[in-house]
Amino acid sequence: MTETLQVSLWRGGRDGRYVGYEVPMRANQTVLDVVTWVQRHLDPTLAYRFACRVGMCGSCAMTVNGRPRWTCRTHVSKVAAKGRITIGPLQNLPVIKDLATDMQPFFEKWQAAKGAFAPSRTRNDEVAHIKPGDAARKTADAGIECINCAVCYAACDTVRWNADYLGPAALNRAWTLVNDERDAGNAARLAAVAANGGCHACHSHQSCQEHCPVALNPTASIAGLKRRTLQAYLKGEIKP
Amino acid sequence: MNVRLYVWQRTTAAIMAPLVLVHLAVIFYAMRKGLAAADILARTRGSVAWAAFYGLFVAAVSIHAPIGLRTIMTEWTPLRVRYCDIVAVAFGLLLFGLGLRAVAAVVLP
Repeated sequence: MTETLQVSLWRGGRDGRYVGYEVPMRANQTVLDVVTWVQRHLDPTLAYRFACRVGMCGSCAMTVNGRPRWTCRTHVSKVAAKGRITIGPLQNLPVIKDLATDMQPFFEKWQAAKGAFAPSRTRNDEVAHIKPGDAARKTADAGIECINCAVCYAACDTVRWNADYLGPAALNRAWTLVNDERDAGNAARLAAVAANGGCHACHSHQSCQEHCPVALNPTASIAGLKRRTLQAYLKGEIKP
Repeated sequence: MNVRLYVWQRTTAAIMAPLVLVHLAVIFYAMRKGLAAADILARTRGSVAWAAFYGLFVAAVSIHAPIGLRTIMTEWTPLRVRYCDIVAVAFGLLLFGLGLRAVAAVVLP
């Protein structure tokens, strides 16, 4: 007889509820496998989001037993408690339906933090020569592998409490650009992250680095932004 | 919180840190020596040094605490930021007034 997993999935929008399902246990089964099995065998109306299934695209993050996780790289054996697992949408984001959240506020804050690269050269100029060993490049590299999954955003207490807070991912992105010597947008970027809701709103609870699936440390990036904006403010380069 | 409030809060914290240590040392000294209120007042009345010490303390507290209170209010209450600003400023003025009154009570001759 096949062992089964007792799965509770969030169904509906903001005012939805958890619904129980029985899913066969498999070897090396991921949480995303479980959700997919429910949709394909029990209820095709189940809404969720995924793309690459290998931990690169950042699409499939959900709340698993109370913790935000990337579901495609989370094994059921690691998180199931006595054969039970509860899967909900990411917190701190509006629920569209079931396990799919609206990522718009998350990406709008990337824009607000000036998270887009501002080129200092044109295509007609010579390519910039960046030494991989430069201190600034190393600092940028430390935070560059973000996959935009919003796990840190969902885990952050300050995001929960302060609707204006830009959040760990957007600030981490800003920090990588602040340390990118090819970028020409730092005046506006530092002003953006030094305003209300910027890096100084962070309480350094470090939930972001605790939950980040690719082991980045946005708290350290935010600390870097605090130092850099403080210097810029004291020099009169930015005015909040 | 923005960088301007951050600078004020961190600066006042840096000012208060040594002042708190001196304040605690004074309390321990007064307790161990068994100083009565009259003995303490005899030392503090007319003292410019104690007036400056606790005057600076009061000023730093009156700036530091309202910034923290504002953050708590903006995060944990449904009040608009504008109202939180007003309450924080009023709280700071209250602390400053009460603090200066206390300092005056022990240093004015």
